[in-house]
Amino acid sequence: MSAVTAVPKPSVPTPAEPGLLSQARWAVSDTLAITRRNLLVWMRVPAYIVFTVIQPVLFVLMFRYVFGGAINVPNQGGYVNFLMPGIIAQTAAFACFGTAIALAQELTKGVIDRFRSMPMARSAVLAGRLVADTARMLVTVLIVVGVGYAVGFRFQNGFGLAVLMIVLATVFGVATALIAAYTGLAIGDEESVQAFGLIWLFPITFLSSAFVPISTMPGWLQAFANNQPVTYIVDTMRGLALGHIPIEASAWKSVAWLAGIFIVFAPLAVRAYKRAA
Amino acid sequence: MAEDSRGPAILVEGLTKSFGDVHALRGIDLSVPQGTVLGVLGPNGAGKTTAVRILTTLLRPDGGRAIIEGHDVVRQPAAVRRSIGLAGQSAAIQEELSGRENLEIIGRLFHMSWRDAKSRAIELLEQFDLTDAADRYAKTYSGGMQRRLDLAASLVGHPQVLFLDEPTTGLDPRSRLGVWDMIRSLVEQGTTLLLTTQYLDEADELADEIVVIDHGLVIAAGTAEELKGRVGGDVLEFTVPDRGRLGDAAAAIATIGEGEPHVDKETGVISVGVGGQGSDALIDAVRGLDGAGVQTHGLALRRPSLDDVFLALTGHAAEDEEQKGGRKRGRRKPGGQADREQTAKAAS
Repeated sequence: MSAVTAVPKPSVPTPAEPGLLSQARWAVSDTLAITRRNLLVWMRVPAYIVFTVIQPVLFVLMFRYVFGGAINVPNQGGYVNFLMPGIIAQTAAFACFGTAIALAQELTKGVIDRFRSMPMARSAVLAGRLVADTARMLVTVLIVVGVGYAVGFRFQNGFGLAVLMIVLATVFGVATALIAAYTGLAIGDEESVQAFGLIWLFPITFLSSAFVPISTMPGWLQAFANNQPVTYIVDTMRGLALGHIPIEASAWKSVAWLAGIFIVFAPLAVRAYKRAA
Repeated sequence: MAEDSRGPAILVEGLTKSFGDVHALRGIDLSVPQGTVLGVLGPNGAGKTTAVRILTTLLRPDGGRAIIEGHDVVRQPAAVRRSIGLAGQSAAIQEELSGRENLEIIGRLFHMSWRDAKSRAIELLEQFDLTDAADRYAKTYSGGMQRRLDLAASLVGHPQVLFLDEPTTGLDPRSRLGVWDMIRSLVEQGTTLLLTTQYLDEADELADEIVVIDHGLVIAAGTAEELKGRVGGDVLEFTVPDRGRLGDAAAAIATIGEGEPHVDKETGVISVGVGGQGSDALIDAVRGLDGAGVQTHGLALRRPSLDDVFLALTGHAAEDEEQKGGRKRGRRKPGGQADREQTAKAAS
């Protein structure tokens, strides 16, 4: 077939295979293009903003004023200080719903087929989705922190550790977004993804130390709640935010869980994208 | 149009693909010369979309090979992607973005500078008659406009070979004509086009050459005229409201047509190819049916359709196919898992 390849159409020269360096450069530029596109879409759909902002704000107000009075907590500053790290972790995790929905939508509409038939970086659609969703999640988290401050929450452990807490929440959010990206692409149809949605996240966020001290749960539930990743992450966040709580053990377990999720689900999501049909 | 030294734009040999135990493609061969239009005609589930997905590097074949502009789709997918454009069955556009933004982003992903991406978008919006709507969100577009925008998006990278998978399915007749005009002007510019369709008239309008696919096999190839010739000219068709009398009706017209009448027991529709006999056949049919005392609706002569071509080629109607296996092989197929297993096997 060499005779065939030798003479490209003069008006449309076929470029040579790009080198590794320019491939990396294109991967970054393609990811940014997709990120920009996704953020534009996000800003134009009021429903997304309502979902990502209103829901966590309602949770803050509900738990703070409705349930809060009935819950005794060991830390200084009362229930609102106990609650906020939990709500922030949950907010970061729930943001992944948008990731799964958007990918399933793009798959159904053929947008992903088009991207995959183009000479763009293979990683860019997923990477751009995750970068945009991380930006979106960060905005939501900061709004929730603001609302928390308005209802009496205070960081008590210094600015640096407060930032570290938000970084940990963000990494946790990216990890759940990666799981969601995989499930969204693997399930592939929007309605099923809608239905599946956050079902798997409700139990692991509520059956954790996010909203109430685990010691108030029945024994069998404590066994689960004490040994699951959301508890490790929320305990670590709480320690970073408030001080006075030893966090070494939960911090290491958090890091191990998060690393594990990335190692398992990043390749799975990439594979699901490549094979998406 | 002239054959040149570069060989065919698309060359396919013995292509096979299965999803679990569904054999979507069972060994198809195609050769599309530079600058020509191939119409791939077939009912839902015939394997058209599977073929397009393999040729556009979205799916790995189980066997055989496919060469686009001299590049193998399995071994040189990146080179293939640089020379193709694809518009699928649904408009793959982002509805929350304007027409202009949709095209600019595609341009950026083809690694154009912002300036080039912008001017390419303006050019295509002009070409596809979308300039007035350029800055409106695509969700406010009509179905025909969305399809035109999708078509424009498939052309951003100046593809040498364009794949259109059922480009007018679901469009109203006027939008369909609009899309046909756009496609014709593309072909005039020298783009090679592979177009799948369920409509004979569409293939007739646009294609230089047509292949008919059924059950994953090419069952006929030729020009539209040659295929219609296989049907034997016009078709006489009518409905028998009393299903109990279908047999009598078929017997009454048995001597009129060329070949056996086709009886659809569910809908009560009887059809038969009548060649060039035209109105004589119509008169004979009225007499015969009247003599047999069978009541009919909508007795008429019409031009042959895809169904008739199918009937003539396969002995069964295209509709039956759809019900048997078509759904399973659709784009969002439940057999996705099987697909992956097959792909994994093909890769090893």
